Amino acid sequence: MNRKLVDLAGTKVETGAETKSPVSPEKEAPRPTQEKAEAAAHKPKMHRRLKVAHPERCIGCLGCMFACSRTRTGTVSLQDSAIKVQTQGGIEGDFRVVVCRGCEDPPCARACTEGALEKRPDGRVVFHKDLCTGCGKCEKACLVGAITLGKEKMPIKCIHCGACVDFCPHGVLELEEVPVSGG
Amino acid sequence: MLRKILYIDLTSGESFVQERQDLFEDWMGGTGAGIKLLQEECPSGTDPLSPEAPIILSIGPLNGIFPVATKTVATFKSPLTGELGESYAGGRLSLALRFAGHEAIVIRGRADRPSYVSINDSKVEIKDATSIWGIDAQNTGVILREHETGVGRRSIIRIGPAGENLVRYAGVVVDTYRHFGRLGLGATFGSKNLKALVISGTEHVDVPDPGRYKEVYNRLYKTTVQTDVMEKYHDIGTSVNINVLNWLKGLPTKNFILSSFPEGEKIGGEMFAEKYLIRRLSCAGCPIGCVHIAALKSAFSTHHEFEVRKVSYDYEPIYSLGSNLGVESAEGILQLIDVCERMGLDVMSAGVVLSWATEALEKGLITTRETLDVPMKWNNVEGYSKALENIVKAPNEFYQALARGVDYAAEKYGGRDFAMALGKNEVSGYHTGPASIVGQLVGVRHSHLDNAGYSIDQKAAKKPMDPERMVDELIKEDNSRGIFNSLVGCLFARGVYTEENIIDSLGAVGISKTGEELQDLGKRIFDEKYKFKVQEGFDLSRASVPRRFYETVSASGMVAPETVEEMLRLYRKKRGWS
Repeated sequence: MNRKLVDLAGTKVETGAETKSPVSPEKEAPRPTQEKAEAAAHKPKMHRRLKVAHPERCIGCLGCMFACSRTRTGTVSLQDSAIKVQTQGGIEGDFRVVVCRGCEDPPCARACTEGALEKRPDGRVVFHKDLCTGCGKCEKACLVGAITLGKEKMPIKCIHCGACVDFCPHGVLELEEVPVSGG
Repeated sequence: MLRKILYIDLTSGESFVQERQDLFEDWMGGTGAGIKLLQEECPSGTDPLSPEAPIILSIGPLNGIFPVATKTVATFKSPLTGELGESYAGGRLSLALRFAGHEAIVIRGRADRPSYVSINDSKVEIKDATSIWGIDAQNTGVILREHETGVGRRSIIRIGPAGENLVRYAGVVVDTYRHFGRLGLGATFGSKNLKALVISGTEHVDVPDPGRYKEVYNRLYKTTVQTDVMEKYHDIGTSVNINVLNWLKGLPTKNFILSSFPEGEKIGGEMFAEKYLIRRLSCAGCPIGCVHIAALKSAFSTHHEFEVRKVSYDYEPIYSLGSNLGVESAEGILQLIDVCERMGLDVMSAGVVLSWATEALEKGLITTRETLDVPMKWNNVEGYSKALENIVKAPNEFYQALARGVDYAAEKYGGRDFAMALGKNEVSGYHTGPASIVGQLVGVRHSHLDNAGYSIDQKAAKKPMDPERMVDELIKEDNSRGIFNSLVGCLFARGVYTEENIIDSLGAVGISKTGEELQDLGKRIFDEKYKFKVQEGFDLSRASVPRRFYETVSASGMVAPETVEEMLRLYRKKRGWS
């Protein structure tokens, strides 16, 4: 048994060499950099895709959402996050973590009549702000709910950059490498 | 950053928003702004349950913007103590206030029928809550979720039947599992016919220098998740201290008759984690996940039919409804916590009221005629469950007295020596020594979290401190917490916010402060709170300590009344009150 009283309110921070690894060891998921060499050896072109690996481990801190808007827009916003953590019946229920699945045949891009969402040969869907009319057809086309209109009435589209992954304390999110041609 | 206050008048149904840049510049936000608003809104002698008594909710400049700045402070006149009411809650409330664009909300008046208030950005609607009056706090949340917008970014705060029936230590449940627990804010809600507030918003915050913001954010985040001490909140949680304090003879047991519980290991944090813990949750903006949820599975027939309830637990409820009532099983404690959750009672006050009643019954100060034959006996979970429900329903004079707190009940029936309250607030779960007693007595809200006296006792156990040094430590904590509670951060992560980190994070949102300015502000906030306390009749020189504290061995050995008196004398002297 631990005989040391944990100070419930006056916590002391130990910094420097003694700092421990982040909260969850499972967080050390395969990262793209580690797999780059392997991917190159296997020839097929790979791209990075965000994956909700362990949704049941979510604690609802919303750190991923803030990381997304902070990285994308430099502001503090829930509306401008491409990743969404939703409650199902309040926090008594389970969390639902919604991210773009990086579809091979993306319905959001197909729904866009203005060419503002364009599927690139490498599998990514890029957003051309100047072509967007803010009609919201893309939002309706995605059953997952991964694309929504932000505060400027423009779609907030995940670019699978992985900024959120570093701010998930429980390893819910992972960035995986997938072949461009699908599979 | 615009710093606005939303004023709502429940009597007239009107609301308006006012910019109060001066207030926030002078008093930071959170508890600093809260106490100034209370002084503005609550004239001397206001009845805490009258329409004139205000409810003030406030956040600070870091909420929603930096990690673990997750709390909202409620400031009000306490229906329990009749003086300063101050309580903190986490959940999603501070974030919802931030994105609704209100750094504070002031609620005045009284609705003419049961109502709830829906706040969506700057839109405010007062809605009929007649059909949900009387419904427990948990189901009230379930129902309101169906009717209101803002899934995933809203906060729903509500009272249960205890608040409606004006139990003086009724709390307000925040987003399930979090609470404005202490000092009776729930009764203030009830007195205003206010069942709930639903708050959501869609605004965002622009920071002056996004690059600088990211740099400071990342540093604080990294410190938070990589800190050894925070890991303990994440792992077993606060309940890890049950076994520790039990071993140290600092765990109040059976109304402080004992300071260690022979059955303690059965209700220790390790036991809860091993057998009942099913998940952990976070307040929005905190990566720690200290909210521990247990599954309480109980059979309701002999045919393998079960009901499963998800109950959150922490150190304080395990003390107050566990060791303090001689309850020897985790299931029993979870059942009692669940009753308090549904009724909307503060678990700490409720447990201390029941432990006093148990001892008063044992000693013959009251009889089964008063208790209506409810068996209030150590470890009798069914009896205690029934008693909690009776406190809310108040079927006779005795339960009405219990509903007014242990100080009131002891005044009426006797047993003051073992009525465990300091400054009329039922005490927390530490019998660690003199600093814990003095700390709660002098604290602005008579809470162990005002100045962490229990922690000073611990330090003194390792390296002896004289009374003067302990008093100096209490004063230092009193003052510095005024700043941290103005930000409004979670005290568990206080170590992350060193003075340097506070200055840097404020700088990243465009607020420039020096260390000296912060220290001065901390002291001024404390002084303003005491002004209010004194105005409402609190007199430290006449405050009493239940004799039980001196009769039961503490983690620092027997506490001598002379030590406590000497510390109180020094405290008054150093504060310049002699």
